[in-house]
Amino acid sequence: MSNRPSEHYVAPIEDANVEVDALKLKERKSNLWLDAWRDLRRRPLFYAAVAMVLLVTLMALWPTLFTDVPPNSECSLSNSNGGAVAGHPMGFTRQGCDIYARVVWGARTSLAVGVLVVAITAAIGIPMGAIAGFFGGKIDSFLSRIGDIFFSIPYFLAAVVVMSVLSDLRSVWTIALAIGGFAWASLARILRAEILQVKNSDYIMASEAVGRGRMSTLMRHALPNSLTPVIVTLTIALGAAIVAEATLSFLGVGLGDTVMSWGNDISKAQTSIRTAPMSLVWPSLALTLTVLAFIVLGELIRDALDPKARARR
Amino acid sequence: MSDSPVTAIDMNQETDVLVHDSHNVDPNKPLVEIRDLAIGFTTQGGVVEALKGVSFDIFPGETVAIVGESGSGKSTTAHGIINLLPENGKITGGSVKFEGKDLATAKKADLYKVRGRDIGFVPQDPMSNLNPVWSVGFQVREAVKANGLATNKKDVNARAIEVLKEAGLADAERRMAQYPHQFSGGMRQRVLIGIGLAANPKLLIADEPTSALDVTVQRVILDHLEALTRERNTALLLITHDLGLAAERATKLIVMYQGKIVEAGPSLKILQSPQHPYTKRLIASAPSLASQRISGTHVDHVGGKEAGIDVADLAAKHERAKADQAATPVVEVKDLTKIYSIRKGNFKSEPLRAVDNISFRIPKGRTLALVGESGSGKTTAAKMVLGLEKPTSGDIFLDGTNLAGASRSELFKVRRKMQPVFQDPYGSLDPQRSIGAIISEPLKVHKVGDSASREARIKELLEQVSLPTAVAKRYPNELSGGQRQRVAIARALALKPEIVVLDEAVSALDVLVQAQILQLLADLQSELDLTYLFITHDLAVVRVVADEIAVMEQGKIVESGTADDIFSNAQTEYTQKLLEAIPGAGIEWGDVE
Repeated sequence: MSNRPSEHYVAPIEDANVEVDALKLKERKSNLWLDAWRDLRRRPLFYAAVAMVLLVTLMALWPTLFTDVPPNSECSLSNSNGGAVAGHPMGFTRQGCDIYARVVWGARTSLAVGVLVVAITAAIGIPMGAIAGFFGGKIDSFLSRIGDIFFSIPYFLAAVVVMSVLSDLRSVWTIALAIGGFAWASLARILRAEILQVKNSDYIMASEAVGRGRMSTLMRHALPNSLTPVIVTLTIALGAAIVAEATLSFLGVGLGDTVMSWGNDISKAQTSIRTAPMSLVWPSLALTLTVLAFIVLGELIRDALDPKARARR
Repeated sequence: MSDSPVTAIDMNQETDVLVHDSHNVDPNKPLVEIRDLAIGFTTQGGVVEALKGVSFDIFPGETVAIVGESGSGKSTTAHGIINLLPENGKITGGSVKFEGKDLATAKKADLYKVRGRDIGFVPQDPMSNLNPVWSVGFQVREAVKANGLATNKKDVNARAIEVLKEAGLADAERRMAQYPHQFSGGMRQRVLIGIGLAANPKLLIADEPTSALDVTVQRVILDHLEALTRERNTALLLITHDLGLAAERATKLIVMYQGKIVEAGPSLKILQSPQHPYTKRLIASAPSLASQRISGTHVDHVGGKEAGIDVADLAAKHERAKADQAATPVVEVKDLTKIYSIRKGNFKSEPLRAVDNISFRIPKGRTLALVGESGSGKTTAAKMVLGLEKPTSGDIFLDGTNLAGASRSELFKVRRKMQPVFQDPYGSLDPQRSIGAIISEPLKVHKVGDSASREARIKELLEQVSLPTAVAKRYPNELSGGQRQRVAIARALALKPEIVVLDEAVSALDVLVQAQILQLLADLQSELDLTYLFITHDLAVVRVVADEIAVMEQGKIVESGTADDIFSNAQTEYTQKLLEAIPGAGIEWGDVE
């Protein structure tokens, strides 16, 4: 075919009936969450992370499933810093307690702190961020300044101070309040930014034109469409909270000596690090793997909920 | 924001600034020979063929236009020529010979030499194609340097100023130091055209260069582009969705559909006697000034019937017009004004009269088109009518009730009678709700019916907008733009309103889909006796939908009357200018049935 400018070319008429805007629905439904779930299901790393999270959750809820050895009683100084023997696969601490049992029972504290911190962060951060972003104006200025005040105080430093002051009341609750009470500001910021974007969508305007109230529009349309970064942030925050608890316990301002926690065990193990390094290694490993699992999970969810990131892979 | 002062000056400048050698080329040898070009995109579902063997030539100094709907492959062709495809795109076959060299297989380094210097490119969106953190001068100098037009600082600067002057920017020296946000859309497009032509290329590819601009600005920019390319004997490849524009500007027209060329040849010949069924459809569906008002047809609109433009019965129309005068208006707007205060710094603010004392009335069952360019205040007016913005002063009567002073609960009741359809079909549906939930939302908010009756209503509405009922359980991301707009219309109709406010409701749609939706709207209007307030910038669309027209300019209604009057006998200069600027206005279109 040569195309001199004067020539008139007409393609062979194959399908003369041009169907305009034909509806082609695929067999399976598709929406943001379904697509994300399909994406996650194809990723091996997702299964690894979920398996780790499930394992830790089971340990926290039913530690006796994993060990019949009591972690505190039945400690015998004759076993002090002893190596692995049958029935005690990880050996013994300086006090002669079974390390494996302590790792299993310690999961409860770590997870409880993590979950509570996330709950507190979400309970304060989500309303603050959503209302500030959606209503704007003076409400936004007021709420955002409060957020900024908390944002300017490093939550870890604040938690150290709070825990030192409340030294008589140390429990999982106080430590979670101390961390969560100062960590919500960053979640509020992230959500506010997301809401600011979403609220300019036409579907928000459409909802109000129908007659739905502002608050109802926020709950029904704006918030559900802004949840992606919230879910990701909270998943990662759960891991970070576990680290924070361990660090506070390590520094001696966390949970009391009697509470079983990975942080406490790591702290105690440092005195015998040369003679019996395994008593430090096992709780540290449990801590690292748990936190890693939550962070990996957060990252995977972030990718799965972002159609553009999916297309890039 | 007006571009006119700039244009007045640029015409003089061109003549004394431009001293260019015309390209030394054989006019009978093609500059670009494209043969069987195929391009594929890698996606999750495998490789998608976007271009399936496209062949055409561009001769030196010739203007060629590629016309097609979205997804037809027209932009992919443009990008394929300079091998500037997105990461996941790849040329899978064929050749692009530019002066004998094959660009499809050329090395990166060789391509860099050709891009910019031999082939200039003007991208689509003037708003996002200039980097907002660098001054305009910096970006033009960058282009000048990259193309090796000048090396020392002084020459680069001098050439950059020259480029901006050629592009038609008044006081280019001062403009150099400014940033893109200080430029209007038209001025930014001039800068991009300037950059594209900076190296005096042999071919300029312009990908929808004016789609984001108002018609009057579009006209000025295209005139300027035409003058520049003619003067330098630069070949121009124009990518557009607008048939009229393509025919008006190009000597040769290429019509693409689904990655293939369906028809190619001299523009006028194709427009007046199209051969391929697709081209015929396209030309029949494109609204133009010669079109007639679409009238509704009751017959079998459930069965997904084809869009066709029926010639209205003029006598009946006349009759209706007479009856209107006696009829009471459903909507009446009186002296409506909206003043925004614009912050000026130093804690001062300045009033902006977005809508300035406008009045209009819409009789029952009729369509009033509120026409204007961007910034004319038409959308603000629509928002006030919808109760989404509070008027500064004035009254809005709806069936006799005044909305302007209405309480919240009164306003809530009124919303049942008046529903909107917005422009962006991708933005106006909540992506996380199923289609059924979206359509029934107004019913839930207004507590109409129980869940069983709502289900039934969803079905009925989907049938009214010609969508299968199975769609109710699906989500918006599974539908095309046109289908989403049908859903938006179904939502608007859920409460059986009397008035539907259509804010640029068909502007984002392709020609064929647009014709379908316009037909659907006309059918619904005659079936349900709906009253439409139709907000648009597109006068050709107005021609096929409106009974009455109000033209807005800078917040004021400058002219209003019946559609026939305004199109045949526009009184104000502004309306005349708008009408003249419609691409393809002066071309006689083929009568395709």
